[in-house]
Amino acid sequence: MLSFSLDARRGAFHLQVECTLTTEWTVVFGPSGAGKSTLLRLLAGLDNPIHARITLDDRVLTDTASKLRISFGHRQTSLVSQQPTLFPHLNAAANVAYGLYKLDRPARERRVSEMLDLVGAAGLAARRPADLSGGQAERIALARALAPAPSLLLLDEPFSALDGVASDELLARLQNWLRENHVQAVMATHDVSDALATGAEVLFLREGRLVALGPAREILAAERTRLLGRLEPPTS
Amino acid sequence: MDWQAFALSLRLAAVTTAILLAIAVPLAASIVLGRARWTAAIEALATLPMVLPPTVLGFFLLVLLGPRTAFGRGIAALFGHPLAFSFDGLVVGSVIYSLPFAVQPLVAGFSAVDRDLVDAARLLGAGPVRLVSSILVPLARRSILAAIVLSFLHTIGEFGVVLMLGGDIPGATRTLSIVLYDQVESFDYAAADHTALLLLGLSVLALALIYSKAQKRGAPGDA
Repeated sequence: MLSFSLDARRGAFHLQVECTLTTEWTVVFGPSGAGKSTLLRLLAGLDNPIHARITLDDRVLTDTASKLRISFGHRQTSLVSQQPTLFPHLNAAANVAYGLYKLDRPARERRVSEMLDLVGAAGLAARRPADLSGGQAERIALARALAPAPSLLLLDEPFSALDGVASDELLARLQNWLRENHVQAVMATHDVSDALATGAEVLFLREGRLVALGPAREILAAERTRLLGRLEPPTS
Repeated sequence: MDWQAFALSLRLAAVTTAILLAIAVPLAASIVLGRARWTAAIEALATLPMVLPPTVLGFFLLVLLGPRTAFGRGIAALFGHPLAFSFDGLVVGSVIYSLPFAVQPLVAGFSAVDRDLVDAARLLGAGPVRLVSSILVPLARRSILAAIVLSFLHTIGEFGVVLMLGGDIPGATRTLSIVLYDQVESFDYAAADHTALLLLGLSVLALALIYSKAQKRGAPGDA
């Protein structure tokens, strides 16, 4: 269970959100500029808020009131950002292994191979990021984020470079893996079909404020109707 | 040609460059990654030797490292001899004098590394040392090369600090720049010509060697 109360400013933008996410998979939905990425960065502990209290399964990760902030190495939080930020001087396998420095070499190699298999990138281990397509880089970035076995996975529109079929297939595999490993995930998207496809709980964000929280089909009913309307052929 | 001075200059530049790298990498990283209120002060201090006249810096160091101050006496006790007018003293002076020439390119190189990569490494548990050694240093290779070249050549060519702090002791503190000064002062322009050409050639050779090596390696540009 992820609970947070956040109050942060980024220039003129002000984000103020307070809620508790009880399901294992939550989609943060909202138009561009709603504050989705800011929310994820705050949850990851990357940005400084005015006020924040974040707890994951009763473990306090951040509490500005008591000046508590668990360091990155101990937060057990992974973030896959919009642009896959792979280390350009390391090959795909070394990128995935980066967060596994506490494991010995055989265990590390096993884990890397397992993660590359999971994201369908087993043949890309020796490739440098410059030699990967956008979709391949997104798969490697996901494998790297999953490798250290986080308790909380934050995904910021992570499959924007993958086509619909590949994205759905990877999303299904990922959800299974997260369920098996009891990892809570929060994925930001502005794509209605992505939000509906996962059948998740939806946190609807607009202009830095929480508009609604609940099942995707309820919260996004109007968006769904609009989407279906666009798919129907025009009547003459 | 004063080959003894030539060898001393090379030794001084090599030792100074090695020490500077060890100091400048963490210093530049702390400027780039540190809290804003501290970084301005650190950067100002690290840049100060660049704007200070070398003779002023040399004079301050001469007084500081001499027997008149407690610090100078402490250092003398530690090294077994006063640092003023010694090779060790020249190294201390050179390190301080050339510090901005090592720190500035590194600050520029580290600052150019994509902040998202730094965030990604931090999220994956990298502490400051690992962040610097596995992300900043490999991605700022050209800046490190620039820092090495600038520190080395700047030390080879320094004059004011060397003269103030080291004097002109053959085999101990007489560098090529001092030799050149002595030759001009004694109107030996033919010898001065050779010394000046050697200094010029050394600079060109060092730059050419290091940059051609970087090209052969196909080093990627700074991120």
